[in-house]
Amino acid sequence: MTTKEHANWSPYDNNGGTCVAIAGADYCVIAADTRMSTGYSILTRDYSKISKLADKSFMASSGFQADVKALQKVLSSRHLIYQHQHNKQMSCPAMAQLLSNTLYYKRFFPYYAFNVLGGLDSEGKGCVFTYDAVGSYERVGYSAQGSGATLITPFLDNQLKSPSPLLLPAKDAVTPLSEAEAVDLVKTCFVSATERDIYTGDSVEIIILNANGVRRESEQLRKD
Amino acid sequence: MFRNQYDTDVTTWSPAGRLFQVEYAMEAVKQGSAAIGLRSKTHAVLACVNKANSELSSHQRKIFKVDDHIGVAIAGLTADGRVLSRYMRSECINYGYTYESPLPIGRLVVQLADKAQVCTQRSWKRPYGVGLLVAGLDESGAHLYYNCPSGNYFEYQAFAIGSRSQAAKTYLERKFENFPDSSRDDLIKDALFAIRETLQGEKLTSSVCTVSVVGVGEAFNILGQKTVQALINEFEISGEEAPATVSAAEEAAGGDAAAADQGGAAAEEEAAPMDI
Repeated sequence: MTTKEHANWSPYDNNGGTCVAIAGADYCVIAADTRMSTGYSILTRDYSKISKLADKSFMASSGFQADVKALQKVLSSRHLIYQHQHNKQMSCPAMAQLLSNTLYYKRFFPYYAFNVLGGLDSEGKGCVFTYDAVGSYERVGYSAQGSGATLITPFLDNQLKSPSPLLLPAKDAVTPLSEAEAVDLVKTCFVSATERDIYTGDSVEIIILNANGVRRESEQLRKD
Repeated sequence: MFRNQYDTDVTTWSPAGRLFQVEYAMEAVKQGSAAIGLRSKTHAVLACVNKANSELSSHQRKIFKVDDHIGVAIAGLTADGRVLSRYMRSECINYGYTYESPLPIGRLVVQLADKAQVCTQRSWKRPYGVGLLVAGLDESGAHLYYNCPSGNYFEYQAFAIGSRSQAAKTYLERKFENFPDSSRDDLIKDALFAIRETLQGEKLTSSVCTVSVVGVGEAFNILGQKTVQALINEFEISGEEAPATVSAAEEAAGGDAAAADQGGAAAEEEAAPMDI
């Protein structure tokens, strides 16, 4: 058996963290913790992983934050071009497709970013799109990405009773929960994930998007 | 206009040291409908006359937002203007991406001027047939520039280009000393008056003109038709009698030396030549 040479340097690093988004009938909640780590160390306790891409589209991304920052800048510039050409903001589903295309563009040197896009569609209903690193995406009722995703997703499956996407006709996966209940649920997710995931903690930043505009909440988490 | 043997292409000098193709391009600017710009220390206003080819068609867009802090008004070949606006937008976006800060307007106009110059020195190109009034902000306040097809650019306190712009320029020349300290609304009022001057007696309504503003704390925006019409009505700018009406009202209200002074000034405005 021949041994393979291994690189002594990697272009990627994982800065950890968890992102969650939940879609409601007329709102959307996007949340991410604010801890940025490298290896077993903490770089900062106060880093935002959420970015506003358009009036009605927010993206939360975990993974390699340098790639996340670059991705946010590219999408921001593309959105400016769109606004100049169409004289209006991009809708959330349009932004979702743009994000997918942008990620696949670097299929052979990917953005190490695990994204969750949340917003309101053109009917004002909440929408959440979940991605892998190379742009495969799907509209869902809720999603979690990042180091704490494996801890949070089963809990959300239990609480939000998502119908299977295999059922026909396609059923809307948007949760019937009220906005306040959804925000509370998100806080519970992060408090629980913080207990067992070392990369999640410090505080959680929550963005709530609805017909009245945007609201931001913050909740402290365990710092160990 | 001029028929001579040195005007066939842009790379031929005339014996007098002129490039006729470039000068002909500047003529194209004079044929376009009027655009005017003026600025104070904190705000810049661009306004233009809307010309429609026929009653059936819509008006051409002559004012473009380039970035939050820069806008441009064009006169001449509007297609060339549209293409240059797209270039300006692209430059602003790329600069913002690299430096995470707004492209200084002084840099943008130089890039624009250099782009225009290239077309005056290539035998397979022609000069852009459009004049651009670029209004914007940088760290030192509001600025207004004029970019020519020749590749020259100049900074102005106030300027007008396009057909019948001389009437507007005459008005602006009388008023420009007050502009640096003007309020935003006074600046818009002066812009509307200047536009009225180019209309040669035609009634000024919001369907005939477009007004845009950029200022410290105010991103570049084109004012809506209703807003402009309200301003026209407020300033009573629609007809020639407007200045007299305004001053008469003030004299009735005041009746002291100050009002008399304003009445005198208004009479002067009335006497201003409407015909070039």
